[in-house]
Amino acid sequence: MSTVSERRGPTLLMAVPALVFFTVFALAPLAGVAVLSLMRWDGLGTPSWAGLANWPEVLGDPVTHEAIWLSVKVMILSWVVQTPFALLLGLLTARRGRYREVLGVLYFLPLLLSSAAIAIAFKALLDPNFGMSQALHIAALSQDWLGNPDLVLFVVVFVIAWQFIPFHTLLYQAGARQIPAVLYEAAAIDGAGPLRQFFSITLPQLRYTIITSSTLMLVGSLTYFDIVFVLTGGGPGNATRLLPLDMYLTGFSNNDMGRASTIAVLLVVVGVALSLGLSRLARFDRGSQQEGMG
Amino acid sequence: MMFRKQLTAMAAVAVTLVAAACGTSGPSASGGAATAWSLTGGDEQTFRSSFDSWNKAHPDAAITPTFFANDAYKQKIRTALGADQGPTLLYSWGGGTLKSWVDAGKVLDLSDEVAADPQLAGRFLPSVVKTGTVGDKTYALPNNAMQPVVLYYNKELFTRVGAEPPKTWDDLMALVAKFKGAGIAPFSLGGQSKWPMLMWLEYLVDRIGGPQVFADIAANKPDSWSHPAVLQANTMIQQLVEAGGFVNGFASIATDSNADLALLYTGKAAMYLMGSWAYPTLKTANAGFISDGKLGHTTFPAVANGKGDPANIVGNPANFWSISATASDAQKQAALSYLKDGVMNPQYVDTLLAGGAVPPVKGLESKISASPDGAYLSEIYKLAADAPSFQLSWDQALDPGQADALLTGLSQVFLKQITPQQFSDTMNKTIKP
Repeated sequence: MSTVSERRGPTLLMAVPALVFFTVFALAPLAGVAVLSLMRWDGLGTPSWAGLANWPEVLGDPVTHEAIWLSVKVMILSWVVQTPFALLLGLLTARRGRYREVLGVLYFLPLLLSSAAIAIAFKALLDPNFGMSQALHIAALSQDWLGNPDLVLFVVVFVIAWQFIPFHTLLYQAGARQIPAVLYEAAAIDGAGPLRQFFSITLPQLRYTIITSSTLMLVGSLTYFDIVFVLTGGGPGNATRLLPLDMYLTGFSNNDMGRASTIAVLLVVVGVALSLGLSRLARFDRGSQQEGMG
Repeated sequence: MMFRKQLTAMAAVAVTLVAAACGTSGPSASGGAATAWSLTGGDEQTFRSSFDSWNKAHPDAAITPTFFANDAYKQKIRTALGADQGPTLLYSWGGGTLKSWVDAGKVLDLSDEVAADPQLAGRFLPSVVKTGTVGDKTYALPNNAMQPVVLYYNKELFTRVGAEPPKTWDDLMALVAKFKGAGIAPFSLGGQSKWPMLMWLEYLVDRIGGPQVFADIAANKPDSWSHPAVLQANTMIQQLVEAGGFVNGFASIATDSNADLALLYTGKAAMYLMGSWAYPTLKTANAGFISDGKLGHTTFPAVANGKGDPANIVGNPANFWSISATASDAQKQAALSYLKDGVMNPQYVDTLLAGGAVPPVKGLESKISASPDGAYLSEIYKLAADAPSFQLSWDQALDPGQADALLTGLSQVFLKQITPQQFSDTMNKTIKP
């Protein structure tokens, strides 16, 4: 056992690279964005002070309203779709067994692909004139998946889920492997069936994993940009103009850097609030996950 | 992890912004050899071979080109100019984008050079040279072909259903029913890219109300978007959508992948309204479609009782080179001598013609008709040279911010999410007198 003082030195020193990196690449630019959100700048001329004038403009813009609302929808839908799949797949692949490992490798394949590649592949598959509906001749597939404003948001949520479920499956798999087998053995002796075991042992034991995974999903849904940008470009109309995409288009297509920075500040505030709120939720019940096990 | 990713992404954007805003980005733009930024596809080969032979002949005035995809370029050039990190030669469409560069003092006024050397601008068609001017000063000179928007069609499909290309809007609407009945999509359209939709509005407004309607809009006259011609044009567009005029799923078809052009040459769609750059692209993608005589083209149909001359055209008069105002003197000199002797020299013109494009150079008739695609190219040349009005694409003519609102609003008109009146109201709000 080492003493406290011996442990403290190297730990701080080890944090320095990360801290420097975080300050230079996260905190300093964040401050820059905050300053720019108080300015008017078209990207070419000289920025001029606007005070808080960007805020009422952004918050009163119907396009941004819709973007916020769409982001909330995507956030909730993504959580509802991804969590059960990731949980069940994680439990399935947590147990040992050759076929499970083969399946596990297959399930993790999407993790290896870049968002742009996934988006281009799905765009080609979903093309109404040259895509899979033409190749397979299945009537149900011949929808205008990416061109129908009522359908496109669900398609986007599906593609995002396809990309991110593997990552969360990995979390649940690791979490499930941490659950001591004794718990199940004891439950089996007490006569609990698989369903009862799932709800009384697996779910409570995975509580922190669920919170971690949910935090990543909810906060992560504020960053969905690349896949939507390539898949739909925010269209048709504004049907998939999520808030990060709205920020990008306002800045680089509309050339309004001040308003784009204001949206960026909004995203940061919501993101920080969400992750703080969720970690507080995790601390709410501080009881040990394995009470009485020691 | 993803939160960190988000922060880093924002950080990266912000670093660029802050660096640009403070103007501390250093003198790297003003050293070394001259550079040029241009676009991939289209006339890329012409540019490449022109710079290659120029650099071989003028090692002391060498120019290094870099090529970007269309949308990526439009965003990159602006950020680069804002940070004074742009190239020596700037590629543009003239119009609103060029004006915003001029207003920010980023490009060189070429008026003195043009006055000193009458050939520099005088060899081009005057209507095309005009697009490179702001006020009465020349800031940009043409570097490639004239690109009028033309109605292309599949002759084979027209023969199959026994139809003639449309001369009037009523013809066009009658054709829609005919092709739909035969199980063929009447029009291909790359709706996800949005700007192909704009060609419909541009032509309809011109045919109904004449070129003055858009001239008022471009001059930022209050309420100019609610001109009856704009309202009627959007109503007609929605009628065409309602009648099933556009291919199934048009809203998700992107032009970047040429999926819209593929619909035409695979026989899935009968007609295709597109800029004349579709011809070189088609030559690369499916040359057989042209050599088998299946490709037809005609002008946009007339509208009954319309004020616009049916010989008017819209599109891009050409693309242009401007010279960066922040380049070093050596770079400026190299770029200027390239504009004088490199661009549109006889070899340059030949490469453009061989690719299926028509340069905006005066007196090319005999050279064009002798080229392999002579018949087609002569018609395009005549169409552009004789047009009473050659209107620059609206998304290029307007201020970039306005253009973005226009494209989004118009795509909502095509999807019938908003009415023509709502479109006009929204667009009127973008006018800054």
